[in-house]
This record gives sequence, C-alpha cells and structure tokens, in this order.
Amino acid sequence: MRHDLGDAIFLNLTRAAAFITLCLLAGIIVSLLVSSWPTIRTFGYHFLTSSEWDPPANHFGALVPIYGTLVTSAIALIIAVPVSFGIALFLTELSPAWLRRPLGVAIELLAAIPSIVYGMWGLLVFSPIFAQYIETPLGATIGRIPVIGELFQGPPIGIGLLCAGFILAIMIIPFIGAVMRDVFEVTPPMLKESVYGLGGTTWEVVWRVVLPYTKAGVVGGIMLGLGRALGETMAVTFVIGNTNLLDNASLFSPGNSITSALANEFSEASPGLHTSALIELGLVLFVITFLVLAASKLLLMRLQANEGKPS
Amino acid sequence: MSISREAMFRRRKAVNSIALALSLCAMAFGLVWLVWILVTTLTLGIGGLSLSLFYEMTPAPNADTGGLANAIAGSFIMVGLGTLIGTPIGILAGVYLAEYGERGWLSPATRFINDILLSAPSIVIGLFVYAIYVAGTGGFSGFAGVIALALLVIPVVVRTTENMLRLVPNSLREAAFALGTPKWRVIMMITLKSARSGVMTGVLLAVARISGETAPLLFTALSNQFWSLNLNQPMANLPVTIFKFAMSPFKDWQQLAWAGVFLITMGVLALNIIARSVFSKQPG
Repeated sequence: MRHDLGDAIFLNLTRAAAFITLCLLAGIIVSLLVSSWPTIRTFGYHFLTSSEWDPPANHFGALVPIYGTLVTSAIALIIAVPVSFGIALFLTELSPAWLRRPLGVAIELLAAIPSIVYGMWGLLVFSPIFAQYIETPLGATIGRIPVIGELFQGPPIGIGLLCAGFILAIMIIPFIGAVMRDVFEVTPPMLKESVYGLGGTTWEVVWRVVLPYTKAGVVGGIMLGLGRALGETMAVTFVIGNTNLLDNASLFSPGNSITSALANEFSEASPGLHTSALIELGLVLFVITFLVLAASKLLLMRLQANEGKPS
Repeated sequence: MSISREAMFRRRKAVNSIALALSLCAMAFGLVWLVWILVTTLTLGIGGLSLSLFYEMTPAPNADTGGLANAIAGSFIMVGLGTLIGTPIGILAGVYLAEYGERGWLSPATRFINDILLSAPSIVIGLFVYAIYVAGTGGFSGFAGVIALALLVIPVVVRTTENMLRLVPNSLREAAFALGTPKWRVIMMITLKSARSGVMTGVLLAVARISGETAPLLFTALSNQFWSLNLNQPMANLPVTIFKFAMSPFKDWQQLAWAGVFLITMGVLALNIIARSVFSKQPG
C-alpha cells in the first residue's frame, strides 16, 4: 500500500513537470497575443505591410525589421549550407579516424561561444576587415553588373545586412554541420559499399547515394539552422546598423531585424502602443520560428522512422 | 571509344578531387573563425584583466577606475538560481518521457514541443517573462531574470535526461522490479543513478548556455550600475553590461567589455569541456 502511494506521487510529479513544459509553449503564445492586442487591434495586417516605424507619432509598421530578419537569414543560409555540407562530408568520409572527434568537438565549441562574443568581435574586429576586403571588391566587381549589382552598391561601411548575414552564417554552421554529420552516419554502409564496389568515387557515393538517402534529415538540419538564424539576437544587434530607414536594395546598407529592434528599443519604449508593437514583433518572430522548427522536427522524425527499414 | 571512356574517367576523377578539396576548405573555413575569435578574446581580454575587475563596481564613463564586481556577482546569482529552479523540473519531465511515456498523448506532444523550445529564440522567452511577470509587478527585477534563465534550462535538461535514461539497459530495471522494488524507487535509486553522469552533462551544458544569454535578460533583469543583491531590483549581470559597454564610444568601457567577454568565453568553454569529459568517463 505504501508503495502504491509513493508511485502515485512520483508519477504525478513527473507528469506535472512534463505538463509544465508543454504548457510553456501555449503560455508564450497566449501571453504575447494578449500583450500585443492593442497594436493588433489598431493596425491589423497593416502592421506587417507598412514600413513606417514612428514611435513619437504612434505609428508602427514592421516591414523593415521583418525584411531585415528574412534577408539576413537568407544570406546566412546561402553561405552556411554548402560549408556545412563540406564539413559533414569531411568528417564522415575524408578525415582520418583519430581526427574526427577533436574536429567535431572544435566545431561544436563554435556553437557554444555566446552570441554576445560574436557580436562584439563582429563589430570591433571583423566589420572593418569585412568592409575593406570583402565589400569593396564585391562592389567593384558584381556591383557594376546591372540588376544583380543593385544588391552590392553603396558605401562599403562594413556594418549592415550583408555583414549580419555573414556572422549569422558562422554561427549556424555548427548546427547544420552537426545534424548533417549525424544523418550521414545513419546511411547503411552496405549501400555505400555497393557503389564503391561498382567503382564510384567518394564524391559520387556522397552525392548520388548518401545525400538522396538522407534528404529529409539534411533539409531538417537546414531548417534547424534557419530557426536559429531567425531568432539570433545579440550578434545581429551589434552589426546590422539599427536603422528603420531602408530605401534601397543594397545589402551593404544598414537595416534592422526583429530581434535587433527589440533589443535596442524595448527598455526605452514607453508603455502603451510602442511596447505593444514591440511585443507583436516578438510574436511574429515566434510564429515564424515555430513553423520553421516544427517543419525541421517533422522532417528529422521522418528520417528516423525510416531507419532500419529496407529501402 | 576507349578515348572517350578514358576522358570520362579522368573527368570523374577531377570532379572528385575538386569536391574533396572544397570539403577540406569548408572544414578549414569552419575552424578559422573559432581560432580567430579565441585569439581576439585572449589578446584583447587579457589586456583588460586586473584584480580590480573583481572588487570594483562598474564605472561611470571616463572614471579612472572600475571593475565588473557587481556584474559578476549578479551573473552568478541569476545563473545559480535559474539552474536550481529549472533543473528539477527538467529532470522530472525527462523521467516522465523516458520511464512513463510509453503510451498516451502527453509524452509525444511534450517531446515535440520541448525540441522546439530548445531552439526557440531566447529573446521571446524574455518577452514572455516580461509580459507575465515584469509588466505585472511593475518593474525590472533580478527575479524575473532568474525565471527567464530557468525557462531556458528546462528544455536542455529534459532532452539530455530522457536520452540518458534511455541508454540504461532494461535488464537493470527488470532485476530491480523482480526484487519487488516499487517503480519510483527503481527510478530514483537505479536508473537515475546509473545515468547520473549523463544527466550532469546536460545540466552543465544548460549552465554554459544560460551564462552567455543576453537577450532574455534585457527585458527582465535589465542592469544595474551599483552593487545590489536584491532580487526585486534590477540586477547587474555580465552579458548586458558587456552589451552596454561594447556599444559605447568610451575606450575604458570597451576595455572592460573585452575583459568581460574573456571571462564569459573562458567560463563557457571550460563548462563545455568539463561536461564532455564527465560524460566520456561514464562506465559502459
């Protein structure tokens, strides 16, 4: 009898803890919805389509921060995906066995460095070098081509959307790379060896066998990285330039992202519409990242479910 | 015929070498940043290190001396309390998922949501605590920072606890059940105990993660220029102080920020390395 009581208490205690975790998500969405209700009611969907962010006039449109978040994350993915693929390829197929673990740990440590360190390093050390050696040559070459050149024009000041995207790329490489490495390792050796047996090169094995086999997992890893990039705050805040004016398409120009707008304005925002608008920005961010991360999780689960099944 | 076959073979070989060379470059590209950031932190951070860092308060701009004592103390208090609150909830939830989660809707749903919370933007957690706590009590406070950090600890601990408990062989559980041990004692005395080092790893990684978190503290604990251990007042902490000082135009503030970055980076990397070595020592 005493045993039953102990069991009942323990079961309910653990169940309650699991339930708290579950409720956290609902709690976040509901509380953000409630706190941002004033702006949702005042501006409706214009909040998402207007680019005018004018706190003194109490007018709030979030197009510039949303644009900044999406553009910097896109830049980050364009750089990080091929590099992560290369790193995963190196760690699973090329590296000598004794180097695999130390190199894997080194890449994981890159993920452990706090984002504020990336931010400060990015602002004070990296961005001047970035302006001189990357933006200037880019502007002088691609910047002269019509249409695409629009993206690479203007003064190379280092701080701006391109630099923020580049630093985000460095930050998400470890996440995407680690997932890719892990899913590459679940490819059945039999499949790979049969292609090697037919005379395939390492590249052909990876490109024609491993990659198609782990497709869902690779996309899941990319989505995970995207989720990280969208929500990254401090590193972006340091290097994006923090301005709500955006009148050209150039990636060199400073901008704002959802997270940097929050980090910069929140503590100085007056209660009322301004605070409410910032919380609505957070809500928009949370909904976007939730969708991206849920998609990532579903794709990774699909790969797991296929594990061990004959393909 | 034989010429074209030869050419094709050569082309395939060339493609292969190019791809593998690019993969090597990608690996080097990844490592360059780690080395560069560490070297910068070391050279600029050590320059700012001094004993006064640990006993003097954060200075006003252009003051002669100053340290980070209040920020270091505040960080320790908030990270410590956050871990103390978040860890038990995380471990209990992890136990539920691993030991009781065989059927029902609660455990798959919790597992799914937990994995999303694990990667969710920490700034949103800060907004959440602001909305439910700070806005209600009428002010930024150290305790709000503690709640935000605890909420960040939970998903990390849940995930590692569940994974580690799943590694415990079922025969151990069955042996204990066969002796008539009730389930809760089996979990407490046998499974959790044998997964101890793995669970510790999770907690250490969680501590490492929250010690560098800045965004959630901006809306909760804010910062404080003075020494304050009052949890109902805004509380100084290293990350927000670094943020404020690094963005400032004052040289001495930036110097202090580099010293703070040095302390945080070394602390976080040390925690990560300790966590990994604790885990690799686990028998079996």
